Amino acid sequence: MNRRTFLQTTGAVGLFVSFPISLRSQESEKIPSEVPEYPKDFNAYLKIGPDGRVGCFVGKIEMGQGNMTALAMLAAEELNVSLDQVDMLMGDTDLCPWDGGTWGSLSIWQFGPVLRGAAAETKAVLVQMASEKLGIAAERLQVKDGVVSSLGDASRKVTYGELVQGKQIERHLKDVKVKPVAEFTLVGKEVPRKDGRLKVTGGAKYTADIVPEGTLHAAILRPPAHGAKLLSVDVSAAEKLPGVRVIQAGDLVAALHARSDQAREALGRIKATFQPSPSALSNGTIFEHLLKAAPPAKQLAAKGDLKASEAATIHKVEATYLDNYIAHAPMEPHAAVARWDKGKLTVWASTQAPFLLRSILTKALGLTARNVRVITPFVGGGFGGKGMAPQGVEAARLAKVAGCPVAVVWDRREEFFLDTFRPAGVVKVRAGLDQGGRIVTWEHHATGVGESEAETMYDIPHQRITSAGSWMGGNPAGMHPFGVGAWRAPAANSNVFAKESHMDVLAAKAGVDPVAFRLSHLKEPRMIVALETVEKAFGWTRKPGPTGRGFGVACANHRDTMVAAMAEVAVDKKTGVVKVKRVVLAQDMGVVVHPDGARQQVEGCVVMGLGYSLLEEIRFKNGQVLDENFDTYQLPRFSQMPTIETILIPNPNVPAQGGGEPAIVVMGALIANAIHDALGVRLLQMPMTPERIKQALKA
Amino acid sequence: MAKPISFTLNGKQVSATADGTRMLAYVLREDLELTGTKVGCGQGLCGACTVLVDGEAVRSCSTSLASVAGKEVTTIEGLGLAEKLHPVQEAFLDHHAFQCGFCTPGMILSAYALLKKTPKPDRRQVAEALDGNLCRCGAHVRILAAVEAAGAKGGTR
Repeated sequence: MNRRTFLQTTGAVGLFVSFPISLRSQESEKIPSEVPEYPKDFNAYLKIGPDGRVGCFVGKIEMGQGNMTALAMLAAEELNVSLDQVDMLMGDTDLCPWDGGTWGSLSIWQFGPVLRGAAAETKAVLVQMASEKLGIAAERLQVKDGVVSSLGDASRKVTYGELVQGKQIERHLKDVKVKPVAEFTLVGKEVPRKDGRLKVTGGAKYTADIVPEGTLHAAILRPPAHGAKLLSVDVSAAEKLPGVRVIQAGDLVAALHARSDQAREALGRIKATFQPSPSALSNGTIFEHLLKAAPPAKQLAAKGDLKASEAATIHKVEATYLDNYIAHAPMEPHAAVARWDKGKLTVWASTQAPFLLRSILTKALGLTARNVRVITPFVGGGFGGKGMAPQGVEAARLAKVAGCPVAVVWDRREEFFLDTFRPAGVVKVRAGLDQGGRIVTWEHHATGVGESEAETMYDIPHQRITSAGSWMGGNPAGMHPFGVGAWRAPAANSNVFAKESHMDVLAAKAGVDPVAFRLSHLKEPRMIVALETVEKAFGWTRKPGPTGRGFGVACANHRDTMVAAMAEVAVDKKTGVVKVKRVVLAQDMGVVVHPDGARQQVEGCVVMGLGYSLLEEIRFKNGQVLDENFDTYQLPRFSQMPTIETILIPNPNVPAQGGGEPAIVVMGALIANAIHDALGVRLLQMPMTPERIKQALKA
Repeated sequence: MAKPISFTLNGKQVSATADGTRMLAYVLREDLELTGTKVGCGQGLCGACTVLVDGEAVRSCSTSLASVAGKEVTTIEGLGLAEKLHPVQEAFLDHHAFQCGFCTPGMILSAYALLKKTPKPDRRQVAEALDGNLCRCGAHVRILAAVEAAGAKGGTR
């Protein structure tokens, strides 16, 4: 079956959303973008079909965050076409321009301007072509829904489709300006998500739904613990099952079958012995270990003179904040399907970085970029956990040996075992207040966490911020007992938990309301507006804490998005169970492209933040990950939902910032501060489980 | 051993020649090529694989093929048509009650089963009924609102 037939049969090649036939003809001519930078030629991003439909090609992927809709809005805005006219094609390395990866809330603030620039130039070229065709000066033309017409006589018109006639646009213009915010007619409006209809009908294709003819499903043998080496393997019982093939290729041992469940059954019959893991660590001993195993500290910021400031310090407050390993746990496990065709490899993969996977595949299999195509269908959640996509290499290697397409879909145990967890970390904060109740000294030392948001946004004269070890790698061998990596707003969640908890500790020490205390130390006007906005919406009345009300506040400036949040909790002292009743969150993220999309991201941040604050913790021992499924690893559930009110503060003066991460960073401190306000006890370790709360109450 | 097992699937009589001890989710996805049903945990703990068997929401990853012989199975593909969505699908669409969409088919079918029994549920009833369905993106508050709205509008038709 060739690619075209396969496309027609399955209707799925990557993130085609109702991609029209008129644009499909251009596929085969496309040359893979091999240079790791955004191409300058707008043709790489946009194609106008003869019917006037606009194909928008981007190397980003859609994993739920809604960039498919927001990016389409940006393109439609600059082109003056309707949103419905834009067909998005995402994450296909043969068809889309290069991209570095879908993470870090980069889609809008970093890639958005690139796409807008391309669309603005495309429109300017099309208007120039129309001007020549109609014999009307460009200034006398208007464009609406892809129709260029005379300002004076609307009957004198030509459509984008007629101008381009299905060809590549050869003309280019320099220094075309994007639209000023004031002229936006689509950006900032509520629109339906472009992926909606497919997702509510079951028509949305994810990697595991792509099954080329002759595919075998592989179930791969995994060690019982990290660091456990394979000693011996006996595959004879598995091979006896009808339709089963066992492949042993280097470190890969896998059972293959035309049905995935039967491949799993065969895997169960493979007898293997492993050397025990040399790791003696557990979640009980990890913090002590991290402090010993961390690399030398790096200074991130220093200000004033800490020693000299001692004299002015009346109260010194020091605390150590702890954070455990947590899982990404996307609902869609890692999946990849690999197919070889005359030396060319195609891999469908659940990945946040198709171009990175392509380069990993070229190295792992000794291919050139031209001979590897990575296609990314819809991704069922990523949160930073699908950056590397090792399952893509597994599928490619197995398919090469098997001589047929191979699907690798991790089961939930593999997902928990092979995840690159958010690292456990220790953050020590030491701060001092002067006679007037102002913070004069602030020291923050993060171990294992990473650098993002380690620095304080408050106006403090004497500071030292240091960090040792990170989620990013570069850690000494054996520092973490398994892989760690980026987890939605990496490092920031742990650092802000410590910083914003400590602000409340200081406010209580100073006998000042925590909102007033923060405001008196803030300089950033946008942050002040955000905090005052949430205060008003929540109905906060200023009182020094703890008040017994169960009210909490926390705020953060996460990469120039301002977030201020308030929560109300009720804590059952007997059981230690925390019920979060409501969360109100104000966010200034500059220009908001798709308001409802932004609100969805905030809500997602709040819910996921409740998970790491109250429920989630990976338990492990001697290299073994003890949590293997959702029976012991608890995600937030419907019955635990607070009401969530999101306020997007309009700010047309700041370019659109990222929205996928900022709101999650405040959640740990927000809940800790609300619990403190309710009970008068301070929780220093996340998640704030009923056991830890009961323990804190006893102490 | 593989033998033909017949049941009604989305209103049509089908027969799957497969080992009856196999779980329904894999037969639906791989033998019958209906991939709208998702597998998230494989142990009935996340609800992504929810389908209806005689109107009841069940976890198809832990429901054997043999157990649905002669019964009526409805998957997300059988609920509405792309051009005419079911009111529950419509409500999910209107409320943007999804993000990545992987849990969505299971959510919609669980909601459908609830509305069959309790046509106008309040928020607490919706939360209770959907508590076993996990969503990692955090679309919960919208899903609750969507199901409530679908109920208020007349539910399952």
